[in-house]
Amino acid sequence: MTDTTEKQGAARSHAEIDDSITSRSEMTALQAAIRTQPFWVFVAIIAIGIVMNFVSDVFLSERNLFNITRNFAFFGIMALGMSAVICTAGIDLSVGSLMGLAGIVAGLVMQAGYGIVFGFLACMATAATVGFVNGVLIAYLRMAPFVVTLGMLAMARSIAMVVSNNKMIYEFGPDQDLFEWIGGESVIGVPNPVWVLIILTAVFWWVWRYSIWGRWVIAIGGNAHAAKLAGIPVERVVVSVYMLSSLCAGLAAFLMVGWFGSVTNALGLTYELNVIAASVIGGANLMGGVVYAVGAPIGAALMELIRNSLLLAGIDALWQQFFVGLFLILAVLLEQIRNRGRQ
Amino acid sequence: MSLLELDGITKSFGAIHALQGIDLTVAAGEAVGLMGDNGAGKSTLMKIIAGNFPPTGGRLRIEGQEVHFHKPLDARENGIEIVYQDLALCDNLTAAANVFLGRELKKSFGPIRYLDYRNMYRRAGELFGELKSETRPRDLVRQMSGGQRQAVAIARTRLSDPKLVLMDEPTAAISVRQVAEVLALIERLKETGHAVILVSHRMPDVFAVCDRVAVLRRGAKVADKHIGETSPEEVTGLITGAIEHA
Ligand SMILES: Nc1ncnc2c1ncn2[C@@H]1O[C@H](COP(=O)(O)OP(=O)(O)OP(=O)(O)O)[C@@H](O)[C@H]1O
Ligand SMILES: [Mg+2]
Repeated sequence: MTDTTEKQGAARSHAEIDDSITSRSEMTALQAAIRTQPFWVFVAIIAIGIVMNFVSDVFLSERNLFNITRNFAFFGIMALGMSAVICTAGIDLSVGSLMGLAGIVAGLVMQAGYGIVFGFLACMATAATVGFVNGVLIAYLRMAPFVVTLGMLAMARSIAMVVSNNKMIYEFGPDQDLFEWIGGESVIGVPNPVWVLIILTAVFWWVWRYSIWGRWVIAIGGNAHAAKLAGIPVERVVVSVYMLSSLCAGLAAFLMVGWFGSVTNALGLTYELNVIAASVIGGANLMGGVVYAVGAPIGAALMELIRNSLLLAGIDALWQQFFVGLFLILAVLLEQIRNRGRQ
Repeated sequence: MSLLELDGITKSFGAIHALQGIDLTVAAGEAVGLMGDNGAGKSTLMKIIAGNFPPTGGRLRIEGQEVHFHKPLDARENGIEIVYQDLALCDNLTAAANVFLGRELKKSFGPIRYLDYRNMYRRAGELFGELKSETRPRDLVRQMSGGQRQAVAIARTRLSDPKLVLMDEPTAAISVRQVAEVLALIERLKETGHAVILVSHRMPDVFAVCDRVAVLRRGAKVADKHIGETSPEEVTGLITGAIEHA
């Protein structure tokens, strides 16, 4: 079919050929989706869901679904930012520590009697600063992202310990109720953090598809040198990407502290591993140049689903990390196989 | 007055003296062939004119005005477009996205600006049509043949109306038919008053479209002649060093 279209096309004007290609690609929108990693992970989620429905009566209960979605919302939010970083062939190991730092800062500000707006702004300003430092070291001083963010992982956690004086914070000033409502309650049966994830995913979907900034980030991931020659302000875009990742972590911290109703400087410990795993399972390629907005929530969902399923199936919780690791490796393997098939 | 004047351009990479005092002028409507052996310094000279890096010494004038390019964008703003030897494409983007990279067409919805896919696809399609290239705007560059990739890189220079187009081996990987189209494009550029510098190892191409040919050997210009006053044999001798100077 493709063949005949092309032969006829030779006789027609270029615009017409172009049009026929448009309609052709519209016919195969589903085929295009099938080629993406998030689609297959989504299939895996459905499959696990069906199996679990037989294994456990509780699985599809409203309560359980509520918990699952709320639990992965935090990781999904952070994975959205992480996906952007990974798209530039970078990595951000500092998100977990940053959660601790940003959460403590938000807690301290509100404990001191300031309102929730100040708490939120302080939380996000802390995140933005950390992301800015990461970005400048990586983009302008050309240091390896792995090293810079590993250093930041240690430093941010340490600062969190110092400023918190190693104490737990559970008093959040005049807006305590609102703060705890935002992180811990729900609207029309859907937990608030899940709403945040849904909205952010939609925004990111638009950004990756339609925004100029998104296009530039993807171009940098494909060939940073070419992007630079084309006049794209590569350094500034890279800084903004690391700031974005940090801001996502800051937002997740703000919501999570509200949900817990307390914060210690251990908040987010080792979360960077889960966030990176969620991004990669969702289709982010560590070589850069690939990003899907829906990949972040889907990857995070699969990981939480594994945890929840093991729990409900009565399998020892000690197996959890094993399965998360297994799926991570399977996801990368799947992508390798699909790439080979394409060549 | 010449469109472009190079005056004693030198470039050193550490101990390597890639260019040692190049003088070159190009007038509007003129095509100059730049030839030389591998490593003679052709690409280095092109990159200096395109603003990739500054020369170690020497001056660059455009329409009599001295210019200092700090980045490729500066050169572009002065009406210089370039097709790089390595093409400088993003493999993970479509042909159209590469053509418009860094100068995407936008639409706005209130204060929000977003990519105008429709017009970018349409315009890229037109440009490939002009080049008689079987390149589809929606295809990923990763999946393209060498010739299609080259068409994408050349199509980029057609977005603006540059004064000077630099082409670093634009015909290296393409079919006979497409070579003819690129040469025809160079002719059209000349007719419309554009200047072209064509780097090529293919003698027939240079003799077909260029008005002058300049030969570089180990970073120095050893000849600069009108096409009518020289021959492929002489140019070959100059490139290899069999003829010292002309
Ligand atoms: N960025 C760089 N750093 C160090 N040396 C360089 C750099 N770019 C070019 N050179 C050196 O400068 C000299 C000229 O290289 P250039 O690429 O200009 O040659 P060329 O004439 O374009 O050759 P070819 O026909 O192979 O494309 C070579 O010796 C090369 O090794
Ligand atoms: Mg070269």
